[in-house]
Amino acid sequence: MTRSGTGDAAHQLDLLRDMMAIRQFEERCAELYSAGEIRGFVHLYSGEEAVAVGVSQALTADDSVVSTYREHGHALVRGLPLDAVMAEMYGKATGCSGGRGGSMHLFDAGRRFYGGNAIVGGGLPLAVGLALADKMRGISRVTACFFGDGAVAEGEFHESMNLAALWNLPVLFCCENNRYAMGTALERSHSQPNLALRAASYGMPAWPVDGMDVLAVERSAGLAAEAVRSGGGPHFLELRTYRFRAHSMYDPELYRDKAEVERWRERDPITALADRMRADGEVSDAQITVIEAELTAALDAAVAAARDAPVEPVESLTSNVYAPGAV
Amino acid sequence: MTVLTLSRALNEGLRKAMENDPKVLIMGEDVGKLGGVFRVTDGLQKDFGEDRVMDTPLAESGIVGTAIGLALRGYRPVCEIQFDGFIFPAFDQIVSQLAKMPYRSGGVVKLPIVIRVPFGGGIGAVEHHSESPEVFFVHTSGLRVISCGDPADGYAMIQQAISSDDPVLFFEPKRRYWDKTEVDLAGGVAAALPMDRARTLASGTDVTVLCYGPMVRTCMEAAAAAESEGRSIEVIDLRSLSPLDTETIFASVRKTGRCVVVHEAPVTAGLGAEIAARVTQECFYHLEAPVLRVGGYSTPYPPARIEEHYLPDLDRVLDAVDRAFAY
Ligand SMILES: Cc1ncc(C[n+]2csc(CCOP(=O)(O)OP(=O)(O)O)c2C)c(N)n1
Ligand SMILES: [Mg+2]
Repeated sequence: MTRSGTGDAAHQLDLLRDMMAIRQFEERCAELYSAGEIRGFVHLYSGEEAVAVGVSQALTADDSVVSTYREHGHALVRGLPLDAVMAEMYGKATGCSGGRGGSMHLFDAGRRFYGGNAIVGGGLPLAVGLALADKMRGISRVTACFFGDGAVAEGEFHESMNLAALWNLPVLFCCENNRYAMGTALERSHSQPNLALRAASYGMPAWPVDGMDVLAVERSAGLAAEAVRSGGGPHFLELRTYRFRAHSMYDPELYRDKAEVERWRERDPITALADRMRADGEVSDAQITVIEAELTAALDAAVAAARDAPVEPVESLTSNVYAPGAV
Repeated sequence: MTVLTLSRALNEGLRKAMENDPKVLIMGEDVGKLGGVFRVTDGLQKDFGEDRVMDTPLAESGIVGTAIGLALRGYRPVCEIQFDGFIFPAFDQIVSQLAKMPYRSGGVVKLPIVIRVPFGGGIGAVEHHSESPEVFFVHTSGLRVISCGDPADGYAMIQQAISSDDPVLFFEPKRRYWDKTEVDLAGGVAAALPMDRARTLASGTDVTVLCYGPMVRTCMEAAAAAESEGRSIEVIDLRSLSPLDTETIFASVRKTGRCVVVHEAPVTAGLGAEIAARVTQECFYHLEAPVLRVGGYSTPYPPARIEEHYLPDLDRVLDAVDRAFAY
């Protein structure tokens, strides 16, 4: 994403713009899904933007990212081109996964974005391996691994935590605790709902962070990534956040009441930052309107391009089942 | 007779089984409060309580392993795996424990566990949400593997599966959940065809078409189309994939002299391969043509926009029928 800022206010404006970009993208996806233009499963990140944007501030282009099926935001802040991400939503050949991934499997190895992942917990061991490779090669990089609170109940989570801690690997575990795994509330899934405490039991520094406050996320991620990068071993951030929308486009949301959603919406990370900046005179309504319009224009263009883009020809579907060339 | 969708028929079957036997339990991710992604367990927790319809955390291995422990103590757990692609975290418990313990105990231990798996494509989802993993379990001795093709069978077979003293992998064709047929709710299961028997759905004299699950409807449509062209297709719904009802299969092939096996799963080492080998061996002198197979291609499940090219359809079935006649 664009990085124009230098000073504090300019930097905050960048954060705001990045969060707004994700929100607009997600809300547009919802419309396109309802209109039948996007198919498959779509999991929106609205409400959780501060997590992806805050954590990404601590990462460099050489670091790696492993994500989940709720990964549009992670991909966008990682710098995957908007057009390529939107085309992937459409399943088009110009998409970042060539149309083979769709919403849940955005991928860009060149940008070290090792993918969305439709298997809950499936990405965690991969992150451990990426970090092990970095460590063996003696380079100081961070692998940021995103996953939800639900994933903490899976066996793969626990195997990964142990391996990373045992081998002192440079992984930044970013648990997006939005209080629900599909329709199951945190307390009904976890014997110890304090997830940072669970992680700490593996012998790694772990703490909760207000995931609705992008500056708090940025601060914590910065500290943790710095420690990871300098050989301090894996760190774990429990980013407490909330998804404003349904689990996926299908979910009737019978498991939480509207008042709860409303309460969390009052803590909207975008509004929160915008209000704070407005109060400090660092941004005006007019500026925000301009940003909105710029983002909308970029989205319009991405949607138009995605609509026009070709689908992978059926004949090429057997390509890349195996590596090309002689055995 | 009542007209029900497959989803509803399964729901009624589960309800009946729970009423008849207090040892029957349901467990899985979001099966209780939410009623399951495909509504199959809708309302059951409300009526039977949280002790009998258990929402579990995300822990597929834990779900199946726990069910084994429960079964050892006399319960009859019905586990739901939310989607085909999520069964693999539980693979170890199914293959290494569930399938082997009764044999190892010399028959002393019985593990009457049903694992329900919505499977197959056709709903515009992607990999992990559209797969046909049945043959992994067919390959594993000690498991019964069955699949229902319509609501009437769904209603009866789920109850038979629950009554069975063997572990049963119960594959539900997810794209047929909303298909409707008449179901005899009053008749009970005693009169129903046993779940390990194949059912001849259409009698014919020219070629035997074997299918199961989502392909049953497709093959019935193909048979109707072929009839108008003067070809007489015998359609057999296998229902039991392991063990196979070879008696019914062989009798039909000896009559028609031709055999086409249809499934969504990749052709390579799919159930069709096993059937082709057995039919060739047992019906060799009756065959007018080699046993032909129609199935998915040997690629990972493709993205939504091109899945219709991957999934066997009426044309591909008829094309195989034509080829069987061309020998
Ligand atoms: C192994 C596996 N089991 C089940 C699912 C179905 N499923 C998809 S998302 C989800 C909830 C995950 O919750 P969480 O990890 O908290 O992430 P969130 O959706 O809240 O971001 C479930 C049960 C899956 N994708 N993979
Ligand atoms: Mg969650």
